[in-house]
Parts: sequence; C-alpha cells; structure tokens
Amino acid sequence: MKYFRYKEEKIFRVLMLVSTLFIVLALAIIIFSILYKGLPMLSWEMISQTPKGGFYLGKEGGILNAIIGSFYLSVCSTLLALFVSLPLALFMNIYLKRYKFVLNTVRFFLDLLWGVPSIVYGAFGFIIMIHFGLRASLLAGIITVTLFIIPIMVRAMDEVFKTVPVGLYEASLSLGSTRSETAYRVFLRQCYPGIITAVLLAFGRGIGDAASVLFTTGFTDHIPVSLMQPTATLPLAIFFQLGAPIAEVQERAYAAAAILTFFILIISILARLSSGKFQRNKINF
Amino acid sequence: MMLQNREIRRLRDRLNVSWMIVILAIVLFLPLLLGLGLFVQSGLLLKELSIWNVLFTSQWMPMSGKFGLLSFILSSLMVTVLSLLIACPVCLLTAIHLTQYAKRYVLNIMHPVIDILAGIPSVIYGVWGILAVVPLVSKYIAPLFGVQTSGYTLLAGAIVLAIMIIPFILNILIEVFRSIPTELTEASLALGATRWQTIKFVILRKGFPGIISALGLGISRAFGETIAVLMVVGNVAKIPTGIFQPGYPLPALIANNYGEMMSIPMYQSALMFSALVLFVIVMLFNLASRIAITKFETK
Repeated sequence: MKYFRYKEEKIFRVLMLVSTLFIVLALAIIIFSILYKGLPMLSWEMISQTPKGGFYLGKEGGILNAIIGSFYLSVCSTLLALFVSLPLALFMNIYLKRYKFVLNTVRFFLDLLWGVPSIVYGAFGFIIMIHFGLRASLLAGIITVTLFIIPIMVRAMDEVFKTVPVGLYEASLSLGSTRSETAYRVFLRQCYPGIITAVLLAFGRGIGDAASVLFTTGFTDHIPVSLMQPTATLPLAIFFQLGAPIAEVQERAYAAAAILTFFILIISILARLSSGKFQRNKINF
Repeated sequence: MMLQNREIRRLRDRLNVSWMIVILAIVLFLPLLLGLGLFVQSGLLLKELSIWNVLFTSQWMPMSGKFGLLSFILSSLMVTVLSLLIACPVCLLTAIHLTQYAKRYVLNIMHPVIDILAGIPSVIYGVWGILAVVPLVSKYIAPLFGVQTSGYTLLAGAIVLAIMIIPFILNILIEVFRSIPTELTEASLALGATRWQTIKFVILRKGFPGIISALGLGISRAFGETIAVLMVVGNVAKIPTGIFQPGYPLPALIANNYGEMMSIPMYQSALMFSALVLFVIVMLFNLASRIAITKFETK
C-alpha cells in the first residue's frame, strides 16, 4: 500500500511532465510546420505587389492588398478601442472602486462580452451595416473589430490597474488633484507598460481574426483608399487562397500564413519586451 | 486667476466622468443589443417556421425553405465535447505540474509558450490543421481503427480545437490552483500526506468548482470557434454518427454561406437565427461558469 502511494505519484509526475512537454511541442510543431511550408514560397513579389490578372490561377502578383488592409483595419480599430477602453478601465478602478458590487457586475458583463464568439460579432456587425445602409467596407470592418476587441482590451487594462496600490491613489488626491487627473496622470504613468501590453494583445487579436470581418469587409484585390471601400485582410486571404483548387495558389496561402505568424510573433515579443521597458516612471512600493 | 484655473479643472473632471459613464452604459448594453439585433433579424424565419421545427429537424434545404439546424447543433456539440476530452487531462496535469512541482525556470518558459499559443490566430491553426492534423488522422489514426477517410473529420476538428482551447483553460486552471490557500496544503503535508495525496484530496477537491467552471468556459470558447474548425471538419450537412465522419458545426454554417444568403431574405434570417442560437448557447455556458467561479472566489 505504502509503495503504491509512491508509485502512483511517480506515474502521475511522469504524465504531468509529458503533458507539459506536449504543450511546448504543440507550439513548436505549429510554428515549425507553418514556417517550413511557407518560407520557401515567400518572395519579395508576394509582399510588394497586389494581385495581378491571373493571380488566382497561380500567376504573378502578391498579397500586399491583404497586408495593408489588415494593417489599416487593426490599427484603426485598436485606436478606436483604446479611446473607449482606457477611460472605461480607469473609471472602473478609480470611480467604481468603492462600489464593489457595481464593479463586479461590470467585470462580469465584460467577461461575458469577452466570451462572445467572433462570428457572432461578425453577424452583429452585418446587422449594423444593413441597418445604416452601409456596404461591405473598411468602415464596417473597423466597427466590428472594435466591438470585438474592446472587452479584451478593457479586461487586460483592468488587470493592470487593479495592481495600483491604494496609497498612490490617496497620495494623489491628498495633493489636491481631481480624480480624472489622478487617472490620466498617475495611474496611466504607473501602468504604462501594462497598457502597452494590453493594446498589443488587442492588436494581435484584431489582425488575426477572420470570422468577425468575413461579413463586413468584403474582399478586393485593391488597396483601399477610403473608409467606404471594401478591403482584403490577411486571414481571409489565407482562407480563400487555401480553398482554391490550384496548387500554386494554395502554396501562396502557406506563405501568407507564414507572414501572419511572423507578425503575431513580433507582436508577442514586443508585448513581452514592453513590460520590461517603460518602467522609468513607475514608483515601486 | 486661481479660481478660474480651478473651474477649468473641475469642468475637465466632469467631462471626463461623463464620457466614462456614457461608454460604460454602451458597453453594458452591448450584450443585450447583440441578442436583440440577432433576434429581430431572425424574426422572418420564426414567423414562417416554429422554433422547435428549426431546432429539432435536420433538413437543410434553403432553396425549398427547409431550415433544420439539428445536424449543425449536434456537430458542434460533438466537436466541442471531443476537443474537451482531449484538452481536459492535458490542462489539468499541466496546471498541477506548473503550480505544485515546477521550478522557476519552467514557469519562465511556459508563460510565453502559453501566451503565444493563445495569440495564434485561428486561421493559422486551420492551416496547421490541414498541413498536419488531417494527414495524421487519415494516414495513422483512422487505419488504426480500420476506417478509410480523407481526414477531414470531426476528430481532426476536435484535435485542432483542443490545442486552441488548451492555453485558455490552462490559464484559468493555474489561477484557480494558485488561489487555494497555502495553509490548506501545508496542513495536509504536516499530517503526513505525500505531495500527491495533498493534490488529490486537498487541491483537486477544493478547486473542484473552479475546475468545472474552467471547463465550462472552455466549452463556450470551443463552441464559437469558427475558421479553424471550418477548415478541417469536412462540412457535410448530416448528423455525424462517429468521430471519423465529417461534421458541419454551427459557426461553420454561418461563415460558409454568408455570400449566398444575400439574395434570399429567409436564408439570411435563418443564418442570423443560427448566430442567435450560437450566442445563446455560448452565453448560457459562460454565465453558468462565471457565476460558479465568482462563488468559488468569494468562498
């Protein structure tokens, strides 16, 4: 009996180690197989040109339209979302701090929104679009993605602002600043790295999500020049090209996937670094 | 001059607060608005067909006005449950390992790994699924059971989905296990229990509500996942009878038909209704798990 006790622990420790390794391995395999398939297909032409006439038959052209489109879309919606999320997260942690019940309710709602699948946001964006008589366009996509990333951004910022000690808040108030001054001049500075991480997290979500923009942005071979034009996005370009029956087009999809993976990796590395940098103004307790 | 300055600052504070409150109101109304918008849009379908008819028949023929969602809902359920069966043991074991046994440097490696895994877009998971998981299923796993298949099956969808929800569930589980007071584990160890017995009888038992809600959140995440599953699951609109059959989950239905729906109002309404069904199911799972987790935290 006694020996069994130890044997059981041994077995489970091995299993634990295996499952931890499994997760690391899964990530390694995903990144490796995407890069392995995609990198050989990657060329300067791919990232510097828009699709030409026979692009979808495997002829010349690139996916610049999708790269630029994705970039426009996620930068605009991240900025818009920032405009909403930052005040909201500050409000929750400064004005609502005293009202525990209200604060928890707001967090609860945000968590619910966080869990709504992106395709539902896509359908909702589509409803908004037809309600206001918009056509599938960059603008409609921006609105949809903004709605989709707001909960992500607010919750991430909220987690950061939560860590600000109450003493700092009180010190700022006792020196005579108003609460909104405390919010934007003290809390914001104290949490600068965390906020950048939150913004990058939301940006990554925005650039990588396909389901929410499927209904709303349309798809085009041109780079959009106004908000009212449809636009291509990188995830959708991958998706459509992979669905094509021609091998050359599918191989381009792998290259596009490698580009997207590359972007995402850069974003997460930046997010990691930013929590180390920008610490200058932080007051340590 | 002094007074004026003060007035300006007060005004600025007021403006800031009103903007914050406006935003708060909008965000709080958003879930309601989402549900309401989808409901209004699916009104056309519900006027023609009864809600039971739509939910519990499996004939999907948009051209002849038959919109049975049953096979899609069942496909979604099967993929989700299957993926959870794969993800759940891995997550539990890893979470226990990371919170109870792992050394500092393992944590330092695992944190970025989990973060990156969570940040990979679903379309990339889909590409990976086509490159690796589909061949794996068709060449190795299916022949093991004596089945011939192209690989685009429920199982392939479930494997991809499992990898996608692992970081999500894992993060919550780690938080759950961390929130268990050390006094409890110390008491157990002091009474002569081994580390493993402590985990079995104290940590898993104490964390049980948390584990259940983590899985619930995993279910709601998996249920709504669209592109990655769509790419590997085969998309055949009939009720799947085994894990080596193709399936057609609800989100895939919505995503696949957005182009065709424009011409027929009923079709569009049916797809909006599917989105509503998806929304409601995900919300229910989310609601239940979140309530459970708040209860667990306040205990």
